Amino acid sequence: MKIEGKKLIWKEYQKEIATDDYFYARSCIRQNFFPGSEKAFTRILKDELGKNLYDSQHHTSCTGIGYHTDVVPFETTMTVVARQFSLMQEAGYSNYIASCITSFGLYTEIIETWKHFPETLEKTREYLFKATGREFSIPNNLAHASDIIYKFRNEIAAKAKFRLVDKETGCPLKVVEHIGCHYSKMFPHKGVGGAEFPYVLTGMIEAWGGEVVDYPERRHCCGFGFRQYAIQANRGFSISCSRKKFESMAPYEPDMIITNCPGCPMFLDRWQYALSEMEGQTYGKNGNGIPVFTYEEVAGLVLGYDPWDLGLQVHQVPAEPLLDKIGIPYNPENKFKGANGEDLGQPDAPNFLKFYKE
Amino acid sequence: MGELYEKLTTDVRFIESLKACINCGTCTAICPAAEFYNYDPRKIAVAVQSKDDSQILELLKSETIWYCGECMSCKTRCPRGNAPGLLIMALRALSQDLGYFTDSEKGRQQLAIKRAIGDKILSHGYCINPESISPENHPEQGPVWKWEMEHIHEVMDRLGANYQGEGAGALRKIPEQDLEEIRNIFEVTGGLERFRKIEEFSKSKAAEMDIQFDETAQNDYFQMIYTKDNQTHTKE
Repeated sequence: MKIEGKKLIWKEYQKEIATDDYFYARSCIRQNFFPGSEKAFTRILKDELGKNLYDSQHHTSCTGIGYHTDVVPFETTMTVVARQFSLMQEAGYSNYIASCITSFGLYTEIIETWKHFPETLEKTREYLFKATGREFSIPNNLAHASDIIYKFRNEIAAKAKFRLVDKETGCPLKVVEHIGCHYSKMFPHKGVGGAEFPYVLTGMIEAWGGEVVDYPERRHCCGFGFRQYAIQANRGFSISCSRKKFESMAPYEPDMIITNCPGCPMFLDRWQYALSEMEGQTYGKNGNGIPVFTYEEVAGLVLGYDPWDLGLQVHQVPAEPLLDKIGIPYNPENKFKGANGEDLGQPDAPNFLKFYKE
Repeated sequence: MGELYEKLTTDVRFIESLKACINCGTCTAICPAAEFYNYDPRKIAVAVQSKDDSQILELLKSETIWYCGECMSCKTRCPRGNAPGLLIMALRALSQDLGYFTDSEKGRQQLAIKRAIGDKILSHGYCINPESISPENHPEQGPVWKWEMEHIHEVMDRLGANYQGEGAGALRKIPEQDLEEIRNIFEVTGGLERFRKIEEFSKSKAAEMDIQFDETAQNDYFQMIYTKDNQTHTKE
């Protein structure tokens, strides 16, 4: 059969994703805001899919936020990344998974730089050896953690206890997908589906029964902007970008947002709260927000994991309306309890955004 | 070709970022920063492409090179494969290297970033940790984050993190031997030199502006650069 048109473009953007034996590098931002997601990722890979995943205590930040706030020179970042690759090699692995999109983009940028400017690879080898006595190999396969869940989306669907479907009507839920900018905007061929039509989250949504919302500002940045959020005086940039997206998606009445970046779910969650406090504006129905999820949280929900094991209690926009719509059971009493059931009190309710059930 | 332009050509990101700009403005059309700030990446590409050192010097001292959010949307859309975002990174590196960053309000913010993020990499091995995000400095984080911070050990334990613990896992304490390797890398590769320059140029600027400056985050200069906005940066 002759492959042409969109199918040809799609074929061009297929990326190779390793099937097993992964070295896993965690994310600075995610471990602060969504540690439950990284936990769910390791659980899904090991317990559901039977994969071998190596979780190193020795790796550090890739320096990505420092690099993209321009306080860390490129040479330094390249050498820190080379050290991560050295740890991978030392542990006997060659397939590298980054939990973070900024890291994934940076690893991609660095490997491409080494390819196009071989002298930078040699210099990095010299620097790393001088600083640490280490040597390193470039991974055979580099993937973002969302690539892995994408690859096994059908296996997850086969084990699903719930689908992204309205339990009352049987209709697919309307899902907004938001891809982190550094997943594929710089190197489209390194992301599933490229930069203009990234398929990594869409593939999951479709496999798990949902319907993707195609809204005008779908590819717009969430507004992190590195220095634009890090500095208090610049945060107007950040909230304005998110606001632009909410205004654009709200008319489609989405049930949920799924993201694959560390910062995006936090910003799309928190800025809904901030906008409600600043303008009295909420973007869901009846004073609710639009709940925001990581892809691991959604995979975990589909697989029937307890929402509080996944960490949905640390979202500022409550997930309960979505859980109710799908019919996922949860115990509200346990939402803000500790690991051993201890009472930790509960957060104050926002002024406008609906938080506790009436 | 001037000395500043020649310095830019030693940065591989500069080489990758600017082949031949056709001045079409696609980067400006797609740029989130251009929508918010008085910012036009097209003009920056054209100015640098001129190879005129006086124009490049003006950029190094300007507010405009600090408006980009480095989302790299420009890279996707440029019909010539340029990347104004990478060009910005090369200009920012040179501005810090030569000390011109302290000439602009937005550039001066680099000191706060160096202390909040740069120093954290050296001390903890992470760009941020929960203590970096105090509810006082981050009211936008909302009441759930405030509750989380009040019960940080219990909540992180509930969520399966290994907060400040030994071994692998989220938010683990990174062993001292690993931090030592990271510090050595920063020393060997110029990372510490960048940090020293940011501190020294900022200290000189604080003296010139007659604003109190010290090593803490409470000093007047830090508070000024972290919070002050002179209201001239954004569009109407």
